[in-house]
Amino acid sequence: MKIHNLNQLNRRAVGCLLGISVFGLAVCGPAYAAETIKIGSVLSITGPASFLGDPEDRTLKLYVDKINAAGGVAGKKIELVVYDDGGDANKARTFATRLIEDDKVVAMVGGSTTGTTMAMIPAFEEAKVPFISLAGAIEVVDPVRKYVFKTPHTDKMACEKIFENLKQRSFTKVAMISGTDGFGASMRAQCLKVAGDYGIQIVAEETYGPRDTDMTAQLTKIKGTAGVQAVVNPGFGQGPAIVTRNYAQLGMSGTPLYQSHGVASKSFIELAGPAADGVRLPAAALLVGDKLPDSDPQKKVVVEYKQAYEASAKQPVSTFGGHAYDGLFILVDAIKGANSADSGKVRDEIEKTKGFVGTGGIVTMSPTDHLGLDLSAFRMLEIKGGDWTLIQPGS
Amino acid sequence: MRHWRREFSRRHIDIGGRYASMSEFLQFFFSGLTVGAVYALVALGFTLIYNASDVVNFAQGEFVMLGGMVTVFASAAGVPLPLAALIAICVAVAVGLLLYWLAIAPARGASAVSIIIITIGASIFLKGGAQVAFDKQFHKLPSFSGDAPIDVLGASILPQSFWVLGGTLAAVLILYVFLEKTLVGKAVLATSANRLAARLVGINTATIMALAFGGSAAIGAIAGILVTPITLTSYDVGTMMALKGFAAAMLGGMGNPLGAVVGGLLLGLLETLGAGYVSSTYKDGFAFVMILVILFAMPQGLLGRRTVDRV
Repeated sequence: MKIHNLNQLNRRAVGCLLGISVFGLAVCGPAYAAETIKIGSVLSITGPASFLGDPEDRTLKLYVDKINAAGGVAGKKIELVVYDDGGDANKARTFATRLIEDDKVVAMVGGSTTGTTMAMIPAFEEAKVPFISLAGAIEVVDPVRKYVFKTPHTDKMACEKIFENLKQRSFTKVAMISGTDGFGASMRAQCLKVAGDYGIQIVAEETYGPRDTDMTAQLTKIKGTAGVQAVVNPGFGQGPAIVTRNYAQLGMSGTPLYQSHGVASKSFIELAGPAADGVRLPAAALLVGDKLPDSDPQKKVVVEYKQAYEASAKQPVSTFGGHAYDGLFILVDAIKGANSADSGKVRDEIEKTKGFVGTGGIVTMSPTDHLGLDLSAFRMLEIKGGDWTLIQPGS
Repeated sequence: MRHWRREFSRRHIDIGGRYASMSEFLQFFFSGLTVGAVYALVALGFTLIYNASDVVNFAQGEFVMLGGMVTVFASAAGVPLPLAALIAICVAVAVGLLLYWLAIAPARGASAVSIIIITIGASIFLKGGAQVAFDKQFHKLPSFSGDAPIDVLGASILPQSFWVLGGTLAAVLILYVFLEKTLVGKAVLATSANRLAARLVGINTATIMALAFGGSAAIGAIAGILVTPITLTSYDVGTMMALKGFAAAMLGGMGNPLGAVVGGLLLGLLETLGAGYVSSTYKDGFAFVMILVILFAMPQGLLGRRTVDRV
């Protein structure tokens, strides 16, 4: 009887291997489950935030496959469970519960938008499962929650980076034109909050709607305001491209224009055209990987990620996919460090992340800082001749 | 409020008197006219279909989107810009005709409200289709005659703005001549005045309605092509266009082509003047409040539908 059973087991294992080799599928899930580490992810792969979720999804799948092909983590394969919330916070919440209760994941890397992330946080906090968010807003990690971390830069850091550059150029009187969408409104509020720290005075303030097609009226008002030394445009999507075009149309290019990290993609340069020349913006190293000096600690990581992503996805790399890369590898390092797939131990290790070199910057977390990036994570760029150029610090 | 007043007075002192405020006004004025001209074209599309069939076609904005997107993708595929624009107009007209034959005509007996709901469905379908057929990114077209702004009394105006204004004027004139001077145009007017009577005198009202859908699709596509070099385009620009165009048509008086043009231009001007002189945060609110005020005073719109027509 026993021998018979063993035989059966062996046969099952052989069938299992056959299944894997032929179909590349985990057809023998139950027998295999104990040997894998389950990582969950809820992303906005479709819907209005698909430009975030789609590269994140591709990145996670690409690198989980790479990690598994190289033998997995601590001898175990990673099993990635991805759900698509379509940008809907309610769906995200439902999927978060499913990841925790049905899939019993060790940890989660996901949450493409601030809205979906905020909806999922209570579920993960309650279940004591670590959650590395890919959302931008500072609200995700401020106040610090025990199980919630994030990888993208915050809009507050972008403001600080811009103001730091303004201060170096001895500009103090600044006009702001902000989008009224979530990104623009949040960054505007953060900029107003930190402006005083850099001795910046906001002398004019205008806004535009997310679907507006003409900002010349607002810019004309700024143009007519005396003493404006620079203009800052917190915004996202096509709005900043139109602002930039209108800016050139009105002949305001003599006054430096600062855009945000929200438009740090090649499509902004394409949409704004020649008007983008001279525009400055803070951006992650990923955007200018090949222009970084070889001594830059991030160079190797960002160049490798860019090549791997572009070869696999057949589309230009975006910083959003980079956030997923950072989240995944912070988690993998933590699992290695804990040498365990216990959620609590993994959480402690994530918090101890020190000197992790990612696409977004060098991450050093602490019990009071669940982001772990400082201003050096942002590079100040200037658009010249339709391409990014790195600005030397202090200029 | 106090802050705003201080800003305002300082600007006047520093820039010095009337020239600055005049050039500022002109800047607002021309920006408003350009934006308004597009609303006017969309409103004109609404009017044409409304007149022929009593239907408010909420898929009107999608024709604007198709005009822009098809031109972008055709010219990206190497087709010269004028030909790409022509292709876009043809695609939009085809979609307009299909919309009529596949969705509106089969529901002939249904109430106007049901048909309006069908057009909303068609709008969602077209938007979804565009998302799959094209992509979800924003796109631009090169300006027809360069990007160097033209200085008019201190206001900088893009050459493309003149294209938009000229194109709108041409579309309005052609439509006017068509409706007033041609037999088919008269048939459209007759159908709009009284469908039963039109049928009795031998007008094929089904053909007239198809013509109205095709024509308004062409007008929408032209608006999309003209404005894309200024405003950029993506698969979902249609919704906002339809809303603004509808508001413009209501403002001018639903069913009156001249009213549609006046309403569109006025809405554009209200928006930019509101952003310039009141507050950019409340510019849409300002424009819509003004529309409500006008409609309270004149429920038929500025140039309400004529009740008696001479055909």
